[in-house]
Amino acid sequence: MLEYIIFSLLNSLVLGMLLFMLSSGLTLIFSMMGVLNFAHASFYMLGAYFGYQISTAIGFWPALIIAPPLVGLFGALVERYGLRNVHKYGHVAELLFTVGLAFIIEEGVNLIWGRNAVTYPIPKLLDFPIFTLFNTEFSAYRMFMLFISVAIFIALYWILTRTRIGLIIQAALTHPQMVNALGHNVPAVFMLVFGGGSALAGLAGVIGGIFLVTEPAMAATLGPIVFVVIVVGGMGSLTGAFVASLLLAAIQTFAVGIEYSLSDLLALVGIRAEVGGILKDLWRIQLSHTGPILPYLFMVLILMFRPKGLMGKRET
Amino acid sequence: MSTTALKLADVHKSFGSSKIINGVNLAVAKGERHAIIGPNGAGKSTLFNLISGFYPLSAGYIELNGHMISNLPPHRINRLGLSRSFQVTNIFPKMSVFENVRCALLWPMGYGYSFWHLCDRLKKINAKAEEILERINLADRRHIPAGLLAYADQRALEIGITIAGNAEVILLDEPTAGMSLSETERAVELIRDVTTGKTLLVVEHDMQVVFNLADRISVLVYGEIVATDHPDKIRQNPQVQEAYLGKESA
Repeated sequence: MLEYIIFSLLNSLVLGMLLFMLSSGLTLIFSMMGVLNFAHASFYMLGAYFGYQISTAIGFWPALIIAPPLVGLFGALVERYGLRNVHKYGHVAELLFTVGLAFIIEEGVNLIWGRNAVTYPIPKLLDFPIFTLFNTEFSAYRMFMLFISVAIFIALYWILTRTRIGLIIQAALTHPQMVNALGHNVPAVFMLVFGGGSALAGLAGVIGGIFLVTEPAMAATLGPIVFVVIVVGGMGSLTGAFVASLLLAAIQTFAVGIEYSLSDLLALVGIRAEVGGILKDLWRIQLSHTGPILPYLFMVLILMFRPKGLMGKRET
Repeated sequence: MSTTALKLADVHKSFGSSKIINGVNLAVAKGERHAIIGPNGAGKSTLFNLISGFYPLSAGYIELNGHMISNLPPHRINRLGLSRSFQVTNIFPKMSVFENVRCALLWPMGYGYSFWHLCDRLKKINAKAEEILERINLADRRHIPAGLLAYADQRALEIGITIAGNAEVILLDEPTAGMSLSETERAVELIRDVTTGKTLLVVEHDMQVVFNLADRISVLVYGEIVATDHPDKIRQNPQVQEAYLGKESA
């Protein structure tokens, strides 16, 4: 049991920090520009495929350095020549634009790399168990992911709270117009934040593509979870995105390993549930099978009882 | 060098088929404090948004110190020496009072967006921010998040931010709206103090404020300026009384 708890905690930390790398960019872009970027997870997918492609050519380590800026550059171009022109037609047009972009990227990936998952292996240098606890191994690669994402978290926090550009970004989060009126080139800052957020998503893809799986459906798999994270955390709140990332990762990770069903739960408190009858299928559902529903259930509950999210300041 | 700080020539603005600004001509002299009054919906805020670059013009042109500024983006207009406040308080609520002012100083004092420089080391900026905080009487509350200040202090902070960059032309949009009588008096004192030697264009509903503060007044009705004159003349102008003052006192 202790083994299960410790490893689930470690794994949810790895997944949670990966989610944060995605959700931090998404939530910053949303609160600054009012754009809910449906293509954000597609940038994550691009990162994974770029990482894979560069890895097969010149190795994983150069890929780790090159792929994220490439995705960031792509994101900046999308903002500069796409979103900025769509902006004058309002938020619905922007939303549709990003939805269309997500499909284009997905089909583009299909065209180039095919519909099946590509083989994107763990780099040799990290392909060993870093420690063994209760006879279970923890891979060095997961530890490496954790290290990268914590480093990114610290860097992001430092930039936003300590530097000039961070000051401007924070100010533009709530009042972009005023920042613009104070002589700051807000459109350029938007492009920078969009590019930066995309680069973070790209980095998450480069390391997450190995951890999860690199396939054309990966954006559609992870995208909704990232949205749940920023809704639960509170739109525009970085702290909220951080807490919600860890929370949702924990919910998913722990649920997978728990094989109790409702009838077991009732038996525990001494009620022998009617295991036959019309509801017999319901009683037998194991908690581990509800894993994919839980995040959305959690989001719906949050929206019902705390619409601003855990840490949000702004009505969505 | 012209003595006109701000010149609007035959400025038009339509949103779709509705004409909001209908050929406004206005010249504000350097060092003048100029007020724009007018009933709700006359287009006062629209006019501000046109001057500061937030809306594109439909027709006409605007000059700032002889520079054509029509349809430039807001940050460019600001860099040419025009700074504005907003009708709805536009401070940065989660940041401290001090950081609010510092944010307004970065560009005008020549600091761009490098992220490898720490804010706390910018001595010149910090000294200037202190000076502004003294002027707007918020020095003792510099570390409070701006959103927690009392309303009148928030407006004072906004004025502080607006003047921080040392712009020559200041636009204030209803700076005393929602204030009590004594707060209004103090705000007028503050505005008079910080705009000394500068050009001020102010939109205001409070007639007391307008007649106290302004050297000249323009009356905007349905997108047109019906009169521009000294406060005493405006008070006596029958057209103005009918269009605006009469309604107010009724």
